Amino acid sequence: MPDSANPLAPTEAATTAPVIEMTDISITFPGVKALDGVDFRMFPGEVHSLMGENGAGKSTLIKALTGVYNIDSGEIRLGGQSVVFANPAQAQAAGISTVYQEVNLLGNLTVAENVMLGREPRRLGGIDWHAMRRRAKDVLEGLHLNIDPNSLLNSHSLAIQQLVAIARAIDIQAKVLILDEPTSSLDTEEVAELFRVIRSLKERGVAILFVSHFLEHVYEISDRLTVLRNGQLVGEYLTHELLRIDLVQAMIGKELTALEDIGNRAHSADKAESSETAAVTFLSAKGVTRKGSITPIDIQIDAGEVVGLAGLLGSGRTELARLIGGVDRVDGGQLKVNGKVLKLRTPRQAIKHQIAYSSENRRAEGIVDDLSVRDNIILALQADRGWFRPIPRKRQDELAASYIEALNIKTPNADALVRNLSGGNQQKVLLARWLAIAPRLLILDEPTRGIDVGAKAEIQKLVYSLAENGLSVLFISAELEEVLRLSNRIVVLRDRRKVADLVNDGLSVDDLLAVIAEGAAVPEIKTGAAS
Amino acid sequence: MKDIFFKVIGNRLFWPLVMLVALVVTNAVAVPGFLSITVNADGNLFGSLIDILRNGAPTLIIAVGMTLVIATRGIDLSVGSLCAIAGAMACSIILTSPDPNNIGTVTVAVLVALALALVLGLWNGMLVSVLGVQPMIATLILMTAGRGIAMLITEGQILTVQSTPFKFLGSGFIWGIPFATVVAAVVLALVALLTRRTALGMLIESVGINPEASRQAGVRARGLLFLVYGLCALLAAVAGIILTSNQTAADANNTGLFIELDAILAVVIGGTSLNGGRYSLTGTLVGALVIQTLITTVYTVGIPPIATMVFKAAVVVVVTLLQSPTTTAAVERWRSRPKTAQPSSRPSEPAVAR
Repeated sequence: MPDSANPLAPTEAATTAPVIEMTDISITFPGVKALDGVDFRMFPGEVHSLMGENGAGKSTLIKALTGVYNIDSGEIRLGGQSVVFANPAQAQAAGISTVYQEVNLLGNLTVAENVMLGREPRRLGGIDWHAMRRRAKDVLEGLHLNIDPNSLLNSHSLAIQQLVAIARAIDIQAKVLILDEPTSSLDTEEVAELFRVIRSLKERGVAILFVSHFLEHVYEISDRLTVLRNGQLVGEYLTHELLRIDLVQAMIGKELTALEDIGNRAHSADKAESSETAAVTFLSAKGVTRKGSITPIDIQIDAGEVVGLAGLLGSGRTELARLIGGVDRVDGGQLKVNGKVLKLRTPRQAIKHQIAYSSENRRAEGIVDDLSVRDNIILALQADRGWFRPIPRKRQDELAASYIEALNIKTPNADALVRNLSGGNQQKVLLARWLAIAPRLLILDEPTRGIDVGAKAEIQKLVYSLAENGLSVLFISAELEEVLRLSNRIVVLRDRRKVADLVNDGLSVDDLLAVIAEGAAVPEIKTGAAS
Repeated sequence: MKDIFFKVIGNRLFWPLVMLVALVVTNAVAVPGFLSITVNADGNLFGSLIDILRNGAPTLIIAVGMTLVIATRGIDLSVGSLCAIAGAMACSIILTSPDPNNIGTVTVAVLVALALALVLGLWNGMLVSVLGVQPMIATLILMTAGRGIAMLITEGQILTVQSTPFKFLGSGFIWGIPFATVVAAVVLALVALLTRRTALGMLIESVGINPEASRQAGVRARGLLFLVYGLCALLAAVAGIILTSNQTAADANNTGLFIELDAILAVVIGGTSLNGGRYSLTGTLVGALVIQTLITTVYTVGIPPIATMVFKAAVVVVVTLLQSPTTTAAVERWRSRPKTAQPSSRPSEPAVAR
């Protein structure tokens, strides 16, 4: 045990026995030591956050615990018993349940069917539908979730689906519940709801392993932290005894001044500039709308300007971005680029006008995971040229090499498949694809979601320096600090309409929150939130 | 050394190649002289191996087109019917012409047949890309209707052709090599060049792996699908003409019957996933050779005709099992099994002591 690294060895550790004890765990992949003698433990009824950058070994540790990977050395004890899980089913049977970042449920089945999937109560050789609905209802009610078990899962928001996934995991009589980035696509209200559920599980004595890149969420919900870096244990801490800045330092192991740096520079420099030279409008939209998606909206983006889109999940941020990026078709209103009226029918046309939309849904709509890093980077450029005019191999290699270096993409080489990269590096590959077409307007929809602090800072810096070079950026993020740090102007959306267009001149998070929340009499998302 | 061993075993072509060699060895043992290739009086090559290359040509030609279709997440069930249509079209033109032995006549007949197939292939492409019909359903239409079209062209007859230039296409020799084999090799080489020397292959794979991401990156899937289904139909027509020429007769009901299944099988044995994405033309070549050698084996080993299908199925099951993800994973596990010599635990060193 690395006691020296663990001066805060919690005193209550002595009173209860840990439910999970992993000792000296090592896992080696070809060429990489993914985990190197890591210790990890969890106590019943605690929320334990596993922290670390991408590639620190968080996922590997979780996969070792859930039987996805075999450990090369070390020991896993569950409730004092040494265990070896050959596959995830065994881990689940032993009471270790996992809810993954991407909800692994079946959208075209009902909530009840999803909760009971694979464990349907049977009667006379068939499924006892009555009992199934009743049990699903009991489970949901046990979590104080007011969700109709007979409704289709797809009819619910992602947040509700996540809660259903948790309900499903709980019904397997979990002793340990692993939540991997559960809050990354939830808005504030939904996070509160999730946390209420987590707290009630805590009371039942379930140990919860919480993985999140949102420090706020980590500090709000977790009792204890374990920090990993480069496959090694940094230490285990009590959350309330560890300052945030110390945590971040432990995670990335270097002084974190990058983030603060940008903040100050972003506004001052740009303001000075814009007062000197008259701003050139790059894109202006008048009353652009799409039925069932967003009400008519006006928005204007100047050359070299970073416009932030703020608002809760479902406020129309992504919908507006998709209209401007040509991903969805505009029903009404007018879009002008460089003063010329433009009708965008496909993303291809937007790209022709040097407008690039980088989707929030990295895996489903962004990267092409079975292609190499090189192919992913040149994809948009090549598609624009057409298949019969291939980019010469030498040029491809140059492009790939230059972006791998410029964006600090961690990959063995340009031939590596993108599926083998971590989330942050996949995001960088996607960014590289868009930068390769030399866009005039870059629409970034949640570019920093689910990636680590270091990569986040790098992407923020990149946005800043791109704007300095005259590129316009439409920046969407659920993290208001990030929006404030980078944007010259912030457009606030609520309920699919624009409510404010603010110059970012000394705005604070609270100011912005007030605008977002102002008059929000109608709850953002009508769900089964606790009555 | 060991790494190389696992690299070879992990290659997706390893098991198909093993199967191919095993089949050839079986034949060589069963039939003395199976491996021998002789040159006859005309300077042409003869032998069982040459037969495999010649008789396997139509399947290979179709499988090449099928590979691209499958890479886009599609499938083309209509290739067998297209064989029949192309053969019927060519034969009926030759028969109605005053001079069946004229090279010009045969050229026109072949070109018209190819053009007709191309149009029908674009029809498939239209159904799939513009109307968004599922590929299996879209091509099922032409699979069933196609034999009817061929029947209309032949007016319900089996058209027997006596034309020397036409006969050459299926059974002629060029530089001592069967003409059909040369055509198949040229098709394989041209398609490989077309897809790998341009960006066509990469864009096809991209659309097959992630259609929505490709759309957002500006890839025009519609154009690609037209091209791929058109090419597949064109190649089916080439195969159909070779088959018809070989039989010197166009039979609307039987030309190219079930060849779509052999072609799909060749693609799958070659390691291209039916889920679309990465494809391998080399793999398809090996797959087509495995299938043709298998068919030959049925005759050489003397398996009764009634058991032919069962034997073929058994071999296919073995190949697919060896290639399955489960087998690959098992090999991977065996490879990365913990070494016993390693100490079970070693002192851990936390990187930073805070």
